[in-house]
Amino acid sequence: MQTVQAIDRACPVLHSGPGCAQKLSDTTGSSGYLSPQIFPCTSINEKDVVFGGVKKLESTIANALKVIDADLYVVLTGCIPEIVGDDVADVVSKFSDAEKPVVFAPTAGFKGNNYKGHEQVVEAIVTQYLKKSDDKQKGLVNIWADVPYQDLFWLGNIRELENLLTEIGLTPNTIFGYQRGIENINKIPHAEFNLLVSPWVGLKNMKTMEKTLGIPYLHYPVLPVGATETGKFLREVGKFANIDEGKVEAVIKKHEDYFYYLISRYADLFLENRVINKQFSVVADAQYSLAITKFLVNDLGLTPAKQFVTDDTPKEYQEAIKAEFNNLNFGIKADVAFETDGFKIHEAIKEHDYHGYPLVLGGYYEKELTEKLKGNFLNISWPVLDKVVFDDFYVGYTGGIRLIEDIYTVAVQRFN
Amino acid sequence: MAINLNNSNVAVRENRIGSITGYIGSLKDLAEKSQCGTLKGCARCFSQSSTCLSLCGLSQLAGIRDVAIIHHGPSGCSVTSSTSYYMSKVMSKKRGVTSDTVYVGTDMNEKDTIFGSTEALRKIILETYKRYKPKAIFVSSSCATGIIGEDIDSIVDDVKDEIEVPVVAVHCEGFKSKIWATGFDISDHAVMQSIVQKPRPGVKTNKINFKNFFESARPEIIEMFKQFDLDPVFLYCNSTVEELSHLSESLATTCICGTLGNYLGNALEEKYGVPYVRSINQCGIIGFETWLREIGKVTHREDKIEKYIQEQRAIYLPKIEEVKKELTGLTAVLGMGPGYTFEVSRVLNELGIKVVWALAWHYDKKYENGDVPPSMKYLLDNDIEFETSVADQQNYEVMNILNKYKPDMYLSRHPGSTVWAIKNGTPAIYVADEYMIFGYKHTLEFANAILDTVRNRSFEENLAIHTHNGGTNKRLINFLRRQNNGKDT
Repeated sequence: MQTVQAIDRACPVLHSGPGCAQKLSDTTGSSGYLSPQIFPCTSINEKDVVFGGVKKLESTIANALKVIDADLYVVLTGCIPEIVGDDVADVVSKFSDAEKPVVFAPTAGFKGNNYKGHEQVVEAIVTQYLKKSDDKQKGLVNIWADVPYQDLFWLGNIRELENLLTEIGLTPNTIFGYQRGIENINKIPHAEFNLLVSPWVGLKNMKTMEKTLGIPYLHYPVLPVGATETGKFLREVGKFANIDEGKVEAVIKKHEDYFYYLISRYADLFLENRVINKQFSVVADAQYSLAITKFLVNDLGLTPAKQFVTDDTPKEYQEAIKAEFNNLNFGIKADVAFETDGFKIHEAIKEHDYHGYPLVLGGYYEKELTEKLKGNFLNISWPVLDKVVFDDFYVGYTGGIRLIEDIYTVAVQRFN
Repeated sequence: MAINLNNSNVAVRENRIGSITGYIGSLKDLAEKSQCGTLKGCARCFSQSSTCLSLCGLSQLAGIRDVAIIHHGPSGCSVTSSTSYYMSKVMSKKRGVTSDTVYVGTDMNEKDTIFGSTEALRKIILETYKRYKPKAIFVSSSCATGIIGEDIDSIVDDVKDEIEVPVVAVHCEGFKSKIWATGFDISDHAVMQSIVQKPRPGVKTNKINFKNFFESARPEIIEMFKQFDLDPVFLYCNSTVEELSHLSESLATTCICGTLGNYLGNALEEKYGVPYVRSINQCGIIGFETWLREIGKVTHREDKIEKYIQEQRAIYLPKIEEVKKELTGLTAVLGMGPGYTFEVSRVLNELGIKVVWALAWHYDKKYENGDVPPSMKYLLDNDIEFETSVADQQNYEVMNILNKYKPDMYLSRHPGSTVWAIKNGTPAIYVADEYMIFGYKHTLEFANAILDTVRNRSFEENLAIHTHNGGTNKRLINFLRRQNNGKDT
């Protein structure tokens, strides 16, 4: 639902109980063009559970098309219709001739969390709406990265990734956020390749697009934060897109010069404070856990304590992600646990010897624990209840600086 | 209506007290029809998303300190754990206490929907008890577990022997009722069933149960009640299980919102003879005084209360009269739960503001004791009349009304609808805090807040000019018009 909401002028149509939309929405920038309170919803009741809700769905879609001024309608199912067996695909197919596209993504809660739901929505658009095209636009690249709203930095991150690609001479195409909507979706088949910046979310979509739309993909499994990783990222993208090496190096040099200008001005803050020690833990989805670990180890020279991945990463992706955690400067390896049980994560943090105050970057759930351990806490992953994010970002050179600012803003609140 | 504490299921409001979510007409008509029994709820052919009863029910229970909520359902259902966690931390911190309440999801998957997962649930209940040592455990169902017929009652019965604290099944299937306030009844039912004990023999107390949401006015109410020799026990935010177990010993029960407190108040009265203070609520001057006098009557403290009223009147009434001069003649539309819609309408009337339309998110024909809600009765007795409708937060209906009446202000009590009003250029006042219009002091603050809002319309106008909502606003409005001109909505 939040993925649909992140597409400009796209409207979710919910076939679910009355309160599913409200439960799944926060006041994190969701009162824009359409808000959860406006989403058409069949508000399934007891009768519909017994007799089925397809008629109600049909009238809700028909009226949504009349009432909500949108460019794309995505029908999403909750748990109920998928258990009682409403044939939603059949109902949606009746709208194939509608003026605006209507697609259907099965998103029952018991099928998985919203990382999977995000993939389902992209999958629905790709398979039910887009058609293969031989008309390729030179340099056009579709970028796929964070799960909107689940990651509060999604908007800033995707814009910054666009900027970076533009600087090395590519033309980025993304479908989420301000002024990106149906027109950008329509451009997808014309891209030369897909760029996925994520450890695992979206990989399924890349494979589908390769098969059905004939678009090759570059899978870059680390969200690049800071100078080291962003340099690697740009070089790899440049190589894949056959861009002149000199051009890429010039862009990297320009950014690194400024990055290290800032870092060196504040190096005394890093070296001469009594609060931030070497050891840290990240508790986040695979995207952030990996990205921040790489940044703090490779750029700031910290040492990873245990790292936690909480997004219920499917087993088949875990090995590759572990390998990335083991690929750090000076042969450092980070011990990573794929764990959705918050209690176990907290026990592990409590047991670990951080050789000083722990630095924990995680969800709000880790706040009180870190405070009890007299550590430093930064709320970077869901649920983010400690910070308001409009379009701030952690990706790239500037993003790395922002993350350092945030960490040390916490640190300067105390003396020792 | 008799309250049956032997069954863990609560009949939904639609069936129990004739509540509805669809109506359009006038206040008097609504009242007459409900009194003679001809009121029928209308259905919609198009609806927008609203709220889930499990959210209402379980967030109430999660406000209790040091308990465990186990939400048996897919991970999306227990997403509310983050807010519940946040609330229990910040609310307890504000009060200077601690709460280790946990909200656990069972993360039901596809296999579980086919083969069932009662065994897993049993283990999770036991493990939760072992890990967190909560003072009580509430085990809730969800839409998915409800449909596949997971027998959480048996599981709960089963584990009772192994757990030394109250464990209770809470039936929260979201599709059960369109009236999310049913969730409040469900939480009260669970507390009555599992935690509240019989009064201890010989215990005398000056306690009064005070059902509210987030206790922002707790310190001042304690101060005020001290003068009457009464000691308020606030529920459920920051309550302890120990406190709740003695609710049956209190002198009376009162509440900040009839929709919220009705079930518990009546249940305590029916089962343990604790009188439930039935009055219009504390909003505005008339409401506050009526409520206080009723408490005086029930607890035999009339003199002390009358003295307090006279002192406070002398301080505040002249100030309120001053602001009233500036408010008189303004018009308002409001959209709130029925517990507040008809109360706030009365206050606006007191302040000289004309209510042109009042929307209630649902409407209870009668309360548990069979009477018409007191706030409604007051308006009727005093010949206050306006157009009214009942809509479960259907924002397209709100938009239509705002567009037609172009009021000076829109007042709402639920997240999400004020934004849509200001996009229309209507100044909106979010009456979120339940104590925003409480008593003399807050009525004065409320009147001033209205004045500040209607005076400076910069934000509303900026947003109305700069947000482009495509044709959605207009279409929402036209749609409703067509729907109303055609057959019955």
